Amino acid sequence: MQIKGTELFVKALKCEGVDTLFGYPGSYDMDILDALYLQNDIEVILPRHEQGLIHAADGYARSTGKTGVCLVTSGPGATNLITGIATANYDSVPLVCFTGQVTTHLIGNDAFQEVDIVGITRSICKYSVTVRDRKDLGRIIKEAFYIASSGRPGPVVIDLPKDIMLAVGDDIYPDEVFIRGYKPNTGVHIGQLKKVVDILKTSEKPLFLIGGGVPISCANGSLTKLVNHTNIPVVTTIMGKGAIDTNHPLYIGNLGMHGSYSANKAVSNCDVLISIGTRFNDRITGKINTFATYAKIVHIDIDPASISKNIKVDIPVVADAKAAIKALLEITDHYQRPDWISAIKSWKKEHPLEHSEATGLTPQKIIQQINSLFAEAIIVTDVGQHQMWSAQYIHMSDQKKWLTSGGLGTMGYGFPAAIGAQLGNKDRQVICISGDGGIQMNIQEMATAVAYELPLIICIFNNSYLGMVRQWQQLFYDKRYASTCIRKRKSCQLQCKGPNPNCPEYSPDFIKLAESYGAAGIRVRRSEDIKAAFDQAKENKKAPTIIEFIIDSEELVLPMVKGGQSLEDMILEC
Amino acid sequence: MKKRWISLYVENQIGVLAKISGLFSSKSYNLESLTVGPTGDETISRITIGLLSDDATFEQIKKQLNRCIEVITVMDFTNTSILIKELMFIKIKNCKSEQKNQIFQIAQTYKVSVRDYGKNSLTLECVLPEKENNRLIKLLQALFGECEIVRGGSVAIETNSFQ
Repeated sequence: MQIKGTELFVKALKCEGVDTLFGYPGSYDMDILDALYLQNDIEVILPRHEQGLIHAADGYARSTGKTGVCLVTSGPGATNLITGIATANYDSVPLVCFTGQVTTHLIGNDAFQEVDIVGITRSICKYSVTVRDRKDLGRIIKEAFYIASSGRPGPVVIDLPKDIMLAVGDDIYPDEVFIRGYKPNTGVHIGQLKKVVDILKTSEKPLFLIGGGVPISCANGSLTKLVNHTNIPVVTTIMGKGAIDTNHPLYIGNLGMHGSYSANKAVSNCDVLISIGTRFNDRITGKINTFATYAKIVHIDIDPASISKNIKVDIPVVADAKAAIKALLEITDHYQRPDWISAIKSWKKEHPLEHSEATGLTPQKIIQQINSLFAEAIIVTDVGQHQMWSAQYIHMSDQKKWLTSGGLGTMGYGFPAAIGAQLGNKDRQVICISGDGGIQMNIQEMATAVAYELPLIICIFNNSYLGMVRQWQQLFYDKRYASTCIRKRKSCQLQCKGPNPNCPEYSPDFIKLAESYGAAGIRVRRSEDIKAAFDQAKENKKAPTIIEFIIDSEELVLPMVKGGQSLEDMILEC
Repeated sequence: MKKRWISLYVENQIGVLAKISGLFSSKSYNLESLTVGPTGDETISRITIGLLSDDATFEQIKKQLNRCIEVITVMDFTNTSILIKELMFIKIKNCKSEQKNQIFQIAQTYKVSVRDYGKNSLTLECVLPEKENNRLIKLLQALFGECEIVRGGSVAIETNSFQ
């Protein structure tokens, strides 16, 4: 049968099992939205900005394991996706981003709303291509979904010229793909894993380092079995948080720049480091040549290019995390290493993350309350101090999910991603933890959350500063708070050493802002009011609730390893 | 840092050359020369790349190239017996007739040919390994000063003679 490109598009999405599409209309994608308007299987979500749109698709994808689908128009619609594409690319999130494009005969003529989005996104996505012939449309969409979700997942950009989508052609959507340059690894090299077993036999201080690859390959359960089976302690990266229950006796904590003392000590002192699904980013390694100095390093990753990129590895294993963990379960033993376990326990005792003596409304108390009130939540953070506090204090179990922008560190990610997570998990509680800076980067999505009646709880940790940069300024820039005070107004002095009683009013008033959108707003200033605020928010089942926590601007994220320093050089208190 | 040669089979599609060259610039890899042309299969192009790198970076470059969906095969010619040649035109200007004789002798020695004979100039067509072209340039510049040079980058193919 002969059908239009737009009709084949809808058919293709249905074949791929797409139930939710994040779309924003314009001249060059309105024909596709018109075709989607005539069906009921795919829900089309209308966010308020294309950046919010792609982060929502990202949050949807991370929280459901499905591929997130974006549809935007050409030109500015497409360029507004850039930050979201790069965010998904770093954190290996499967997205298919369809961008409208001017008609093929206008491409290259600087037509209205024309940009070379394939060229612009080439270095920040897994694959990008323009469909130039109607007969290729079905094949290219099929390949896009396959590429996005297989191997190391990532974003794919498909550029759709208007005339191609209106052209009539066959209605065939292929069942299979064959891409001669793309064959992701599916097997595990058992010989390499046997080498791991060999070094474990003589190892006295073995350690697992778990990254985002483990949750992505749905291997959390298998990992827990492997940890129980081998009796080897675990540290995680920010992206790997939640791969194992944070209350598991062998779980130490996150490592890295704001990792726990015990996790950084464990990495620095281990003699075998079995890393799974991590890229050895500079935020976790600190100074490269002092990283895990005494350890033989095993690196299991689906992406060969991630292996021996930053850290020279002794045993490389190119494999999917789940397949490798399952294979390791078969061939490893139970390793009794009481001295090593007790050394870790004493590091934990020496400098625990949690402080009990703090007074007033602290990030730790807020997050502890979240821990005790929400056993089954999806926690989504933005980027900054609140993200690091959450990474330190949030308890994770197999009933919870943890979404955060780890690689790119995208401010403005959290709130729209939480919207996407809620849309994909209608029966679960989604909690967004953001700062007063990051929330304002995509605050327009309040309208989306209200429109779709999402019972999100949005926690804004308001310290009236861009706190993470402010922390660096306090510690390393002699308290020169350049461009980090959000209260600063025209009337303020050029140089200012911090808050004083004459500071201007904070703007915006988040409570009035919530109300103006049709959401609820609660301001909390005292620690004893935290629980009541959450209880009230929980009752608000058909609209989002903002809870604004007024916290001290001098609250720091500690421990901290200064950029480029060794993991053992931790600033523990100030 | 060592000189290396890589050959790629890639999809013959719009943007693939930009993808490969963009990879080198975005990751600060040291690209020295790149040639691209069609193959017997019209859907496939072949690219020959000359680059300078240390061992670890070279491994990373190969992996990053392999990661590109459009790249079908990556061939490392480091330890492979290959035929490799670069096409170069070199124009020597303002030369007198005795100098022209000398250039003909040089051409004979280097097994390159004189392809254009002007009133005061000669143009050589040189199909030599890159290093020999470098030597020839040095010699001609030493003898005749500035010359106009156009280099095409190398193309390489594996030999079967030792298998």
